[in-house]
Amino acid sequence: MVCDNCGSDGAVVHLTQIVNNQMSTFHLCERCAAEKGLETTPEPINIPLTGFLAQMGEEESTRGESADLRCSFCGLTFDDFRETGRLGCPHCYATFEGHLRGLLRRIHGGTQHMGKVYLPPNPSATEMEKRLDTLRRKLQRAVEAEDFERAAQIRDQIRTLEPAG
Amino acid sequence: MDDLTTIPDHGLSWLEASGDHAEIVLSTRVRVARNLQGHAFGPRARVNDREAVLGRFRGFVSGSKQLCKGALLEMAGIDARERRILLERRLVTRDLLGDAEGGPPGGTAVMLAPNDPLSVLVNEEDHLRLQSLLSGLRLQEAWSVVDRMDEEMGQELPYAYHHEFGFLTSCPTNVGTGLRASVFMHLPGLVLTKEIGKVLQGLGQVGLTFRGLYGEGSEVVGNFFQVSNQTTLGKTEEDLVDHLDRIVRQVIQYETHARRVLLRDARAVTEDKVWRAYGLLRYAQSLPFEELMNLLSGVRLGVSLKLLPGLRVYTLNKIMIFTQPAHLEQAAGRDLPPAESDAHRAAYVRRVLAAEGDVLPGSSGEGDVSDIA
Repeated sequence: MVCDNCGSDGAVVHLTQIVNNQMSTFHLCERCAAEKGLETTPEPINIPLTGFLAQMGEEESTRGESADLRCSFCGLTFDDFRETGRLGCPHCYATFEGHLRGLLRRIHGGTQHMGKVYLPPNPSATEMEKRLDTLRRKLQRAVEAEDFERAAQIRDQIRTLEPAG
Repeated sequence: MDDLTTIPDHGLSWLEASGDHAEIVLSTRVRVARNLQGHAFGPRARVNDREAVLGRFRGFVSGSKQLCKGALLEMAGIDARERRILLERRLVTRDLLGDAEGGPPGGTAVMLAPNDPLSVLVNEEDHLRLQSLLSGLRLQEAWSVVDRMDEEMGQELPYAYHHEFGFLTSCPTNVGTGLRASVFMHLPGLVLTKEIGKVLQGLGQVGLTFRGLYGEGSEVVGNFFQVSNQTTLGKTEEDLVDHLDRIVRQVIQYETHARRVLLRDARAVTEDKVWRAYGLLRYAQSLPFEELMNLLSGVRLGVSLKLLPGLRVYTLNKIMIFTQPAHLEQAAGRDLPPAESDAHRAAYVRRVLAAEGDVLPGSSGEGDVSDIA
């Protein structure tokens, strides 16, 4: 498509405007669009994870301890994590726990999981109670949604977990 | 070996445009990320880790009443075009396709459930990603489908879980619930009235984010936006889903209002734009995908404003999927260079629109402002 401004063959920005109730459409190449200072669709508001990570790195480097950290299970170093933004395995969360807490707070606004509780094999009494809380919440929701088949399933799950008596 | 023909609804049930607000909301997706104890996460996993994860998942599937009748497609076992078709249907992600030379990483697979609109990606960035894709705005239902499968799976497979951080994921932006809910919206009214910037900025302030058609890093084309939750930790799954639902309903209201403004203040130009878009789609001989998406946006707006009588949203959804490159190649039975692909695309669109019958301007009651849902 031809650019309405310079006539070059490569209009990629298609702008439709309404001014004084008149709609008009322009086709512009990237350069002309930029020259006109046209705002194309705004960039997604992404979490600046790399920014967080860099910042975290700086804080740590003053203490000079993070470089030595290495996950004993998968071998990921703290520098690897800073570079990729990805953890290597479940054990990394324990290895880098102290550093992660600050990062998670900045990303999510907190560190405490409030969602459903997963019950590991041989759960403690607290874990069991948390799990029951999750299920009771779900039961209430299923009843409110009048999904009685689901409610019955959840009720059965609760019964199998609740201490006898 | 399973192939595409064994996929129950071919992953396309969401096209039917049956859900709430189907004219503005194309589809709803909810996914949760889960990892297994004792294995490195996707990006760091070795082949034997990935094989082990797939093996454990396979074991779970064979014992699951629901999943055992579904299709488990190993990415390495299906041909390159079929892999791209899965991507174009948004059933797999780019990560699962691997690079052009090496092909998909070993152990990557997608499981498609037989009844529910549910799939499981195996060995993506996280070991298991359960997702459901539904037509229209149906967040609670989509969450409930995923939740049910997650409960069943969690009883059989040892999830990586931390008492404080919740479900552990490769990327710290997913940790906690591992839940990402997203709603795929068409917002031409807000774009044309230039209100979209404000709305998108507002999303950021309430903990939501937006992306283009194919998720992270993809561009916004044809006024289609995916709106999703940004944070995953510190709230319950239900709160995250309900919050997104509330905000999306607000955006729908803004969009509806913007469409009313268009009809009221710029009716003639809006009609012209819609009919031009329809005319081009109906008769063009060559259509690049991006141009098609922009024209479809105009026609979709026309359908929802009742300016194009007789055309169905379902037809437009179908065109969006079947005009993508791998789908066109599948129909042609061979690879198509870009120029040929554009001609095949135009031919497909002409054929589908012709089959819908004549859509002519001037029937009574069209574009009534009060008609806008």
